[in-house]
Amino acid sequence: MNSTASQNKALAWMPALPQILKLAAVIIMDAFVGWFIIRLGALGYYPLAAGFFIVTIFVNAILLRKEAYPIRWMVVGLVLMALFTIYPIFFTVWVSFTNFGESHLITKQQAIDQILNEKYLPPAGKAYSWTAFITTQGDYALWLLDVDGNGYLAKPEELVTQPTPGEAGIGELDEKGVPKTIEGYKRLNPFQAATDRTLTQILFGEAGKTIQVRSPTEAAELLPLYVYDAEQDAMINQETGDVYKNLRGTFTLSSGEELRPGFISSIKLNNFRDFFISPALRGPMVQLVSWNFTFAFLSLLLNFFFGLATAILFNDPTFPFKKIIRSLLIIPYTVPALITILIWRGMLNPELGVISRTMENLFGWSPPWFTDQLWAKTAILLVNLWLSYPYFMLISSGALQSIPQDIYEAALMDGASPWQQFKRITLPLLLVAVGPLLIASFTFNFNNFNLIYLFNAGGPPIPGTPTPAGYTDILISYVYNLAFSGSRGVNYGFAAAITIIIFFIVGTMTLFQYRYTRMWEEVSENV
Amino acid sequence: MSSISRFQKFRESKSIQRKFSIGIRLIFAVFLILFSIFPVLWVLSASLNPTGTLATQTLIPKNPGFGNYLTLLRMDQFPFWTWFLNSIKIATITSVLSLAITTLAGYAFSRFRFRGRQTLLKSLLLINVFPGLLALVATFLMISQVGDVLPFIGLDNHFSLILVYLGGAMGINIWLMKGFLDTIPRDIDESAMVDGASDWQIFTKLILPLLRPILIVIGILNYIGTYGEFVLARVLLRSNEQYTLMVGLQIFAGAQFQQRWGIFAAGALMGAVPIMIIYLALQDQIVGGLTQGAVKG
Repeated sequence: MNSTASQNKALAWMPALPQILKLAAVIIMDAFVGWFIIRLGALGYYPLAAGFFIVTIFVNAILLRKEAYPIRWMVVGLVLMALFTIYPIFFTVWVSFTNFGESHLITKQQAIDQILNEKYLPPAGKAYSWTAFITTQGDYALWLLDVDGNGYLAKPEELVTQPTPGEAGIGELDEKGVPKTIEGYKRLNPFQAATDRTLTQILFGEAGKTIQVRSPTEAAELLPLYVYDAEQDAMINQETGDVYKNLRGTFTLSSGEELRPGFISSIKLNNFRDFFISPALRGPMVQLVSWNFTFAFLSLLLNFFFGLATAILFNDPTFPFKKIIRSLLIIPYTVPALITILIWRGMLNPELGVISRTMENLFGWSPPWFTDQLWAKTAILLVNLWLSYPYFMLISSGALQSIPQDIYEAALMDGASPWQQFKRITLPLLLVAVGPLLIASFTFNFNNFNLIYLFNAGGPPIPGTPTPAGYTDILISYVYNLAFSGSRGVNYGFAAAITIIIFFIVGTMTLFQYRYTRMWEEVSENV
Repeated sequence: MSSISRFQKFRESKSIQRKFSIGIRLIFAVFLILFSIFPVLWVLSASLNPTGTLATQTLIPKNPGFGNYLTLLRMDQFPFWTWFLNSIKIATITSVLSLAITTLAGYAFSRFRFRGRQTLLKSLLLINVFPGLLALVATFLMISQVGDVLPFIGLDNHFSLILVYLGGAMGINIWLMKGFLDTIPRDIDESAMVDGASDWQIFTKLILPLLRPILIVIGILNYIGTYGEFVLARVLLRSNEQYTLMVGLQIFAGAQFQQRWGIFAAGALMGAVPIMIIYLALQDQIVGGLTQGAVKG
């Protein structure tokens, strides 16, 4: 009786069990993420810590609130999207307003701390002669004598004291005034002390008033070389009195001399201004942007019309071997792009590649595919044609088959020529069907990093540019070089600014495409 | 009488015209096919050529053999198998998980009505306007920062690379999936709901089997895209044995490309063939998906 009752009692909260388990899981997750966020914060990664914090709040809300049930179906996807797609976007926007990059990699506080660590020996500072003592554990102590013959005991990170013999284990003094023994310590002879390398690196005495061994005969009290003046936001050199003012994330003297390291600092719209009006960058930028558009446009035009022509050629249900022909023609599209680009690089190799050798044999001349800017551009368009005409052939032949046949019959009755049929019927109807895909293809080529980077790394180089760029570089490959190519000096801030500009170009194109496909209306109707 | 013979003649000439036109088009076809498959044939020939350099290659190699393949598989500084298996592993995990994310989200968007549904759908499109490649710098810095706390999600790690790939799973493919789900009549779920089935049961038992065609298309395209992805992998992976095949091949191509052209060709071909087979075997489904706007990767 009793046992069944208690069983019933136990079963009574069974429906709540999933709830309790869920709550426990959420708490464990929160604890772990909390620890993670604190660790990130301790390392100074505040934006990332904030990002994780916001995402965690969001996940808690979804898991605990009943109305959010449908969102639970996609919570994993949304979290991953927030972390790896949205956070990088915000981060990029933030970076684009800063000088983040080479020599501006740390926060302002970190930079100030590093600079304040620099010490100097003031002319009026106290100099001592010294004798070193060492424990068996390797802890050092210094016995210092000032010019008046007063003796001091200095240990690392401890106040300097002035003990008399008998106190604190100090033994009898010798004729110079140095104790013969200190309890627990062994006295180093002058030769040992002079050759001990660690000794010169130890700071004796309390922080801010440290004493360091400068030479075999002298130890001196060092003072911080710089003092930070928050009011002027400047570093003041204590030795010379020079004022280094914060100029775009570097403490700089009016003569232009800079203090290292610099730090990440907001420079407002300067990156964007550099992009549009910097005289040093204008030459390569105009070249880059115009080639970027030319490349995307010509690629689209060539690939689409070549693909369309192929599709029309075989657009006949009774054409022999149709299936085999199609399978063979789409082979370029089936090979991963990276592999085909590298293969073409080999085939076009001057002197050694098959195409260059064949042309050499036939005409006694072959184009300088990699060193002449015009031929390099031609080669890139050719390779891109080979890579993607099969795609356009496939989508065009799909669209051609969807055009009703009776329109052509009617046109034939009216005496329309084949060219008129193509221009007035086929092309307009086709463009309606594949238009959105063409826009998508334009935006894809606009950022076709793989092709440009793998084929010739943007070369041949444009001579005399401040940050090297190539004649076939497009914006995205230029950005990649700015951010990842070590030899050119990384500049994340400027790279991020160009990224934002590309985003606006591509975004405009894509919004246009969505208008075209009526995707927005589709959602609105589908409520 | 005469009109009939004239008609006859016209018909004859029409069929001659047709034969002529097909003949011309077949000749075009031969040229186009040569243009399309020549590089592939050339690489095949290079991989079988025992001399193995770019300069000495001829279309039909003398004394063909598999020497380049054997050399490739034995090279220590270019561990082909490790790279290949890395690529297969990453592409498989990414495409399966990405498919799961896409399908679940597509189902929720298609079947549930909730506040913010339209806004969310639209913002998915807007967010994906920002090409992932552009956030490369930010992604790199982020992963390196996370790795300072949790090294297994840091740089030079497959797990973090997969997570970054999955960050793009909530993309345009959700629209494709939702569109497909919308075509499945809701009567099916409603009758099951009357029988007391839960949403999860309806989804797994009833809806999922019907999604096969679209799952294949999205899954395969995602697989191919991940397999061929190179930029993120290049930036996030650092050590030789962690590289994917595409990164490995690119690095191989940077080092003595011309002298070891034959070995490179063998590697390129072995890397390309699995994808080529998938494509050619499933070309009808893939073409269907492409024209609907599915994305390759």
